Formats: sequence, structure tokens, C-alpha cells
Amino acid sequence: MSAKIVTITSGKGGVGKTTAVANIAVALASNGAKVCCIDGDIGLRNLDVVMGLENRIVYDLVDVIEGRCRLRQAMIRDKRLPELYLIPAAQTRDKSAVSPSDMVRLGDELRNEVDWVLIDSPAGIERGFKYAIAAADQVLVITNPEVSAVRDADRVIGLLEAEEKGSPSLIINRLNLNMVKNHDMLTAEDVIDLLAVRLIGVVPEDEAVVVGTNRGAPIALDDKSKAGQAFRNIAERLQGKDVPFMDLSDQGLWARIQRMAGRK
Amino acid sequence: MACLFRVDMNEQTFPIQIKGLRDGLLITIGDGEWSVLEPALLDRIHAQQAFFQGARVALDVGAQILRVNDLVSLRDELSEQGITLWAVISESPTTEKTAQLLGLATRVSKPRPEEKRQFSVDDLGDETALFLSKTLRSGTRIEFPGHVVVFGDVNPGAEIVAEGNVLVWGRVRGMIHAGSNGNTSAFICALDLSPTQLRIAEEVSAALEPQNNPRPEIASLNEDGKLQSVPWQSS
Repeated sequence: MSAKIVTITSGKGGVGKTTAVANIAVALASNGAKVCCIDGDIGLRNLDVVMGLENRIVYDLVDVIEGRCRLRQAMIRDKRLPELYLIPAAQTRDKSAVSPSDMVRLGDELRNEVDWVLIDSPAGIERGFKYAIAAADQVLVITNPEVSAVRDADRVIGLLEAEEKGSPSLIINRLNLNMVKNHDMLTAEDVIDLLAVRLIGVVPEDEAVVVGTNRGAPIALDDKSKAGQAFRNIAERLQGKDVPFMDLSDQGLWARIQRMAGRK
Repeated sequence: MACLFRVDMNEQTFPIQIKGLRDGLLITIGDGEWSVLEPALLDRIHAQQAFFQGARVALDVGAQILRVNDLVSLRDELSEQGITLWAVISESPTTEKTAQLLGLATRVSKPRPEEKRQFSVDDLGDETALFLSKTLRSGTRIEFPGHVVVFGDVNPGAEIVAEGNVLVWGRVRGMIHAGSNGNTSAFICALDLSPTQLRIAEEVSAALEPQNNPRPEIASLNEDGKLQSVPWQSS
């Protein structure tokens, strides 16, 4: 086995990095791949909560790096998918506990264990961002269709180019179709136009994502959810499949509800 | 980022000089035994952890002959401190070869802005321009004592400060300052001029409205000394 290491980052906080990592990991693992997620946000961990594994944590990322446990001991097995693992962040330490070379070493060790390693990067462009991308073979930049988030994504893409990480792929998260229709929100085209990188997925805004996040049940497990479908598509595109982009324009839940409401 | 200081250790037997470059630090190491110099360098870095944290470092080792093992262990040591070693400059072909083998750069090709600053437009001649064939992303700042030509976009959050004119074959959404040394006849032109802010000499104009059908425009100072932009017309 030789895993591919993918880091998801954004610059700005709160755009959906952790949600995306959890969902893409779940989707990859549902497709039969062996996946390990790493929460890189030391001191502010929450990937464990989103994946519903909070109460199983014994060892964490810093324990592995500082040699207090073996790699396998820190890999928490998911309760739904037996091929999905999480290495949680340490909550009582800070970003200085990990260096880029630590992550490269850890990544190399994990390559022999799994098919995919997904790293959840902290917000910002400082040390946490640097170690999170250090081991990555591929970087996914996630943004919301908002001016401030797109500006930060642009900065991050510039930094990735400077680090010679190649051109990242872009996820546009939380696209609100109604707002786009009313010209109150940037469209996916506006965002790509500015950032000029390859698009790997557009995730529509969906309240069920928040519910899933709170319950520790990623939405990608829900066959009926559009957002879940979008994350599953991203996973398949990562695996090299040519999946057409969903037509979000008219079949969104909201649009359907509105149409139904209009008919009454 | 022009921080130049000299550290003399053990009664000036081996100086270690640290300079700021545009994209990191240049550490110059004097002559001496590598087995003494390396720990001295690491001590130095350890003593000023906050300063070096996250730095990109180019190392000038002079005539020092370094083997793969030396450089690998140094690179790892630096990495432990959160420092990226990206270049090793040396007069010794052996060392240069070693550096190349490890995928390190062997020269610092990009001129430093501090060095550029030493020239005036007069030294360079009036028509000297910096040509950039890329999109300038947020956080990029270009300063140049002549004209600047960009083949690409200038995204929001990017800045160009030029003593001469600025031409952009693309969209301008960031900040551009032309005639930064007070040249009131400087101009800025672009295929699509929708900047966050434009400045010419001392004049500042706030954002221009984004155009629905962008067309090439030229911004300059009018007779009243106010900044204005007009559509470009072939003459």
C-alpha cells in the first residue's frame, strides 16, 4: 500500500475544512478504501466531534510524534466504517508541538498502513498551516462563495505555489442557490474566475450538514442529501473517476420546496 | 525586513551573518571547521527561536566542502526548529553538487527589493520595466523603481508599487500605485480596471465600480491633479 496524502486547507476559518475532511473520508471509506484522517488543529481539535469519536480518544497526534505511543494506538477506528481511522489532535498542547518534518515522517509511516491520508489543516497561514501541508501530495483548498473567504483562498493558493506544492484543487462549500439566483451571492463561476484553479466540487448549502456535524454523523452517509452527494462526488474525483458536476440550478431541495409552496 | 546583524563568536574566529532576503533569510557562514560551525549556527538559531520560527533560509557556506550527510543532518536540524532550508550557496563544486542532489537551490536568483531600491529610475534609464508573467494573488507585493508590466490578473489583496507606469494585460482588482516617487505623469492601464484602490503620485482614489462589460481603461491625473480613468481608444 502506498497512501496518497491530501491536505484540506482554506486560510479563513469556519468555511468547512473539518466537515469536508470528515465527509470525504467517509465517502472514500464507503467506496472500500482504507482511510486515515489526521486532525492538524492542535489545541482546537474538533474532527473527532464531527466524526462522533470524541469519547474514544486515548492517544493523539502529539503522543505519536513525541513517541509516547505507537502509530496504531493513536488510530481510532470509526464506529460505522471499519476501514476508517482518525488520529485526533492534542487538545492540551499548541501548534509548536509539531514541525513540518514531524508530519512528513508521520505521513511516510502512514503510507504503508492505508490508501488515503486526509489532513485537516488549521485556519491561518502560520505554523499550523505549514506543517499541515508539509506531507501533502495534493492540496484541496476549500472556500465559501464570499468575498472574504475567496480572498483568503487566493492568498493560500499563492503560498502553496510558493511552496512548490503545485496548483491545488478547489472546493466551493455552502453555495446557496437561492441567493445566487437573486444575485446576492458570488456564483461558482465568479469564484473560479478569480482563483483560476481546478474545481473538484461544489457543495450546496444544506442544513442537514449542521445536524450531521452536531450528531457526529457525516452527511456523506445520507444517500438523499445533495450536500452528501457532492462530497461523495469529490471523493470519486479524488479516486480518478470522471464524475459530472451535479446540476444544482433547479433541483435543489429549496427550489423544490419553493415550487411546491408556489403551487399551493 | 532588512535586518543585518553580525554575530561574532569566540573572539571573531567565525562570523555568522544573517541578512533578510525578500523570500527568507540568507545566512553566511565564515571559514572554519564544519564540526564547530554547525553547532554554533544551531546554537545561534536556538537562542533566537522566535526570530527564526518558520523562516526560509538560504545558506552561504563559502568554500566549505559538504557531503550529503552533512547537509541532510543540517536540513533536519533546521526543520526541527521550524526552518526550511531551501538553498545552499557555495564556491565549492562538491558542495554545490551535494545541494543539487538534495534538490536545494544553489543560487539566490531573485534580486532583493532592498538592492533594487539602491537604483533610481535615472540609473536604470526611463524605460526599464519589470515584466511579470503571472497572476498576482492576495498577499503579493511588488515594488519596483521603474515600470511594471503584468501579463495576468492583479487579484484583490495584491499590491503593485511602481515609480513608473503600470500596465496590466488582465484584470486589476487589487491596489496599484504608479509614480510612487511623486511622478504625476505616471499612468495605469489595464484590460479591466476594477481596483480596490488606485494611486498615482500622491493622489488616491477609492474603488472604481466593477464594469459589466469590461473594456481597457487608462487612469492618470487630469489638469486639476485628480485621478481619473477613461476608456482606451485607438488613435
